[in-house]
Amino acid sequence: MQTEKVITAKNLSKKFGHFVAVDHISFEVNKGEIFGFLGANGAGKTTAMRMLCGLSMPSSGEATVAGFDVYKQTEQIKKNIGYMSQRFSLYEDLTIGENIRFYAGIYGLTDKQIREKSDSLLKELNMQEHKKTLVRELPLGWKQKLAFSIAIVHDPAIVFLDEPTGGVDPITRREFWNLIYEASSNGITVFVTTHYMDEAEYCHRVSIMVDGRIDALGAPASLKKDHAAKTMDEVFLQLARKAVRSE
Amino acid sequence: MQSVVVENISKKYVVKKKATEALSDISFHVDKGEIFGIIGPDGAGKTTLFRILTTLLVADAGKAAVDGFDVVKDYKQIRNRAGYMPGKFSLYQDLSVQENLEFFAAIFNTTIQENYGLIKDIYQQIEPFRTRKAGQLSGGMKQKLALSCALIHKPSVLFLDEPTTGVDAVSRKEFWEMLHRLKREGITILVSTPYMDEASLCDRVALIQKGKILSIDTPKGVTKQFRKPLWAVKANEMYRLMMDIKTDPGVESCYPFGQYHHIVFKNPGDDKKRLEEIIQKGHFTNAEINNIEPNIEDCFMALMKE
Repeated sequence: MQTEKVITAKNLSKKFGHFVAVDHISFEVNKGEIFGFLGANGAGKTTAMRMLCGLSMPSSGEATVAGFDVYKQTEQIKKNIGYMSQRFSLYEDLTIGENIRFYAGIYGLTDKQIREKSDSLLKELNMQEHKKTLVRELPLGWKQKLAFSIAIVHDPAIVFLDEPTGGVDPITRREFWNLIYEASSNGITVFVTTHYMDEAEYCHRVSIMVDGRIDALGAPASLKKDHAAKTMDEVFLQLARKAVRSE
Repeated sequence: MQSVVVENISKKYVVKKKATEALSDISFHVDKGEIFGIIGPDGAGKTTLFRILTTLLVADAGKAAVDGFDVVKDYKQIRNRAGYMPGKFSLYQDLSVQENLEFFAAIFNTTIQENYGLIKDIYQQIEPFRTRKAGQLSGGMKQKLALSCALIHKPSVLFLDEPTTGVDAVSRKEFWEMLHRLKREGITILVSTPYMDEASLCDRVALIQKGKILSIDTPKGVTKQFRKPLWAVKANEMYRLMMDIKTDPGVESCYPFGQYHHIVFKNPGDDKKRLEEIIQKGHFTNAEINNIEPNIEDCFMALMKE
C-alpha cells in the first residue's frame, strides 16, 4: 500500500528579483507525519511555508498541499490547512467560546457542528468552566493549547505550526507536544518549525534548510548517524555554519 | 563591588480592577563584571524587572540600585551608565543604520569614533548596510544594531531583555560569544532569556517564574540542588514508553527531553530495576537506561512544581 502524501514539492523555488529565497526544494510529507522544518534565520523557511499555505506564488517548480495545486488552487488549500504561529493566534478581547465560534464559523462549520465542536474541544482542554473567560486573562500556556485546538477545529489534513512553543515554560512546552502527538495519531499531518533542537528529536522526520536549499532530510536518528553527531543540535550547527548568505 | 542591588522589589499591574503580581518581593545582587542570567518563560516578570532597573518604571515596594545609584532618586545618573536593549525592537525604523547609531551617540554626548573599539566586532557585520533603513533589516541585523546602539556610550551595566528570542541556534551561539567579549571589557551584563540551555553560559542565574525567584546560584549550584537520582530512558516507541512510565504510581515525573525521557521516582531505590520492568512488560526494544546529571531545565521544572 502506498502512503498517502499530504505535501509534495518538486524543485519549488521563489525569487525576489535576483535573490533566490527558496532554491529548488523537493520533499514529500506523509499523512499523520510530524515533519520538522528547520533552518537558520533567513534560510528561506518562512518563504517556503508561505508558498505551501497558498499565500505566495512560487517562481518555479511544483507543489501540492492536501492534494491541491499551489498555483491554481490556493483557496482550496487555505480551507484544508490549519495555521498557528506565536504572533497570530487568538482574539484577546473575545472569550474562549467566542474565539472557537468565530474560527469555526470562518471555516464554514454549521451551527450544529460549531456547538458540538465547541463542547468537545472545551472538554478536551478541561476549560468547560472558562467558556466565558476573556482570552486576554488566560495564562500563556492555556492560550497556546487553545490556539492549537482552534487551528484544527475544521479537521484539516495538515496543520502548519510556526514556532509554536517560543517563550513558553518548559512544562507547558512539553504538554504542547503531547497535543501534537495526539493530532498526529488522529491522522493530522503536522508541519512544524522550531528553534528548540530537543523538539527536532520529537519529529518523525526533519528537513534542514541552508541558503534556500534543503541540505538534509530524514529521521533524526539517521541524520545524527550521517553527520556523526550525538544530538540534533550538533547536526544543525554543522549544516547551518556552512551557510554563505547572511540574512 | 556590586553593580546591581535589588531588595524586596514588588510590582503589581491593575487591569480592570484585577491585580496581577508581576514581581513579588524579589531580591538579588549582581557583581561587577558578572554575566547574570534571568531565566524564565514569558510572563515571569523579566521585562518588568528590567524596566524598573533602567528607571523606566517605578516599583510599588522595595529598593534597587545600579552602579550605586538609586533607581528612583538618581535616575539621571543611571541613564548615563546603563545600556538597555529592550525585547521589542525600539530603534528608529525610518533612520538608516548609521543615523541610528549617530543619534544614540549624540544623545549620550559622545561620538561613534570615541567608543568604536567596543562595538567594532558587532558593528562591522552590519556596516555594509549602513545606509539601509533600520526598518528594512532582517531580525539578526536589527539585533546587532540594537546592541551597538546600547553600547555606544560605553555603559558600565548592560541590560539585555531576551536578545536571543526567536534567533536560530547558530546566531545564538555567536551572540553569546559577543557577550563574553564584552564581559572581558569589564561590563556587567544582565540578560534575560526563555532558553534554559543558555543558563550555562552565565556566571550566575536567577530562575524566575510568575514574579517569583525559584533559585539563584551558579549554573552548577542550581543543578546540585536537584536531590533525587535522575534517569534518562529511550526505546523504540517513545510516546508509548512515556505513557507506560507515567502510569506507574511510583513515578514522580517523566518528561520528554529530545531523544530521551527524564524520570524521577517518588521514593528512589531500585530505580533501574523498576524501569527495566516497565520496559519488559511493554515489550519495548532497543531500550537504554542511564543515570544522568540534571540540567537547568530539569531543575526549573522540579522547582516549578514545588
